[in-house]
Amino acid sequence: MNAAVPVINRMFRLQWEEAQEAWVLLYPEGMVQLNASAAEILTRVDGQKTIEEIQRELLTKYPEAEGLEQDVNDFFAHAQTLNWIRYV
Amino acid sequence: MFETAKRRQPLWLLAELTYKCPLQCPYCSNPLDFASAGQELTTEQWIDVFRQARKMGAAQLGFSGGEPLVRQDLEILIAEARRLGYYTNLITSGIGLNAQRIAHFHDAGLDHIQVSFQASDEEVNQMLSGSAKAFAQKLKMAREVKAQGYPMVLNFVTHRHNIDQIDRIIELCVELEADYVELATCQYYGWAFENREALLPTRAQLERAERITNEYRERLAAQGHPIKLIFVTPDYYEERPKKCMNGWGELFLTVTPDGTALPCHSARMLPLTFPNVKDHSLSHIWNDSEGFNYFRGKGWMKEPCRSCDEQDDDLGGCRCQAYMLTGDMHNADPVCAKSEHHSLIVEARLAAEGDVSTAMTFRNERNSRVFFKG
Repeated sequence: MNAAVPVINRMFRLQWEEAQEAWVLLYPEGMVQLNASAAEILTRVDGQKTIEEIQRELLTKYPEAEGLEQDVNDFFAHAQTLNWIRYV
Repeated sequence: MFETAKRRQPLWLLAELTYKCPLQCPYCSNPLDFASAGQELTTEQWIDVFRQARKMGAAQLGFSGGEPLVRQDLEILIAEARRLGYYTNLITSGIGLNAQRIAHFHDAGLDHIQVSFQASDEEVNQMLSGSAKAFAQKLKMAREVKAQGYPMVLNFVTHRHNIDQIDRIIELCVELEADYVELATCQYYGWAFENREALLPTRAQLERAERITNEYRERLAAQGHPIKLIFVTPDYYEERPKKCMNGWGELFLTVTPDGTALPCHSARMLPLTFPNVKDHSLSHIWNDSEGFNYFRGKGWMKEPCRSCDEQDDDLGGCRCQAYMLTGDMHNADPVCAKSEHHSLIVEARLAAEGDVSTAMTFRNERNSRVFFKG
């Protein structure tokens, strides 16, 4: 159960980049290319959904994925240390 | 700051909108003969450049100069760049900014503002910028940038005259709520090369500054402070050169005020022909022009780079530095201890230990005309 509501930090902008065929996070004078799973999670971060709701959405989309909930929790912990997200 | 791209794309577009600037910093990276540059690109020409570069993969756009605020069409350029999907960065001295303009840029979609400071106090700031009111204006504008919710980077070019104030510089940045702080030790190109003797810090000064920066990093991290301190060491105290621009024509594309396209903002000094966006498409410039292809790959290398097992780490270092110091742009960057010209760097370090002249040539129109007539 995780009722926290993440939102992308104002410093960063999430954007699909056609030239790289990838989601990226843009920030002052820099850019990080996201892998597919990071993009699946971050594109669901809207300042409304809880982490639990995001996990549920992903489980519906990928019912066979093992350890998905833990992966999502780990991702958010990591994203917070990178300052990508904060909680509302 | 970029992860490696799969294909060679100009991910970073630096738009040097104008060489005009109200300050006259003696370490400016603009060319010495900037006063001889041709007419500035028009609004429409800049927008066309942005559109072409975006199609080629550019994602970051820096508005720079000179002082970009001098351009009255800046708001239009920001709005168009943002509409095209760029992350837009305004790199400014803060002179010419006011709360209303910051708000207008915000409405236009500006993502981030970087304010450059010369020092942490008025006196040194004034000596370096040649402006008495600049410091107070910068403080005011930095506060306004944060008040309006922008991410803010503060940039301090450090050198002999301000590096001993590093603790006060960092404290000022914390107080101003900077998100990132670039403590960028002066790199010796353009006007800074002209003034190198008066600017190069001693090794002891540098080591002290780095130690204090690390202490602040630990202390701030322990407090959970989100500020990031980026300390850029000067390559004059290194034994291996930097991988300049992450490779020639790999990532960066600079367009100068008159439309000349460069693989880095210093490259104009080299005896190469660089194309102009008024004459060629960006795709031709990036992919096919002689200027952008000349130092791609490693085929141009001479010894000791050609047979060096570290050649992929630094690609021979900076071409401009090799040219400025040795007269041959194909040589190894003399920062490298393997270069036969490394003694030039060692001599500069030794000179910094002695009494140095504090006389500097300030970057202004009058001094610039001397360089292009001479």
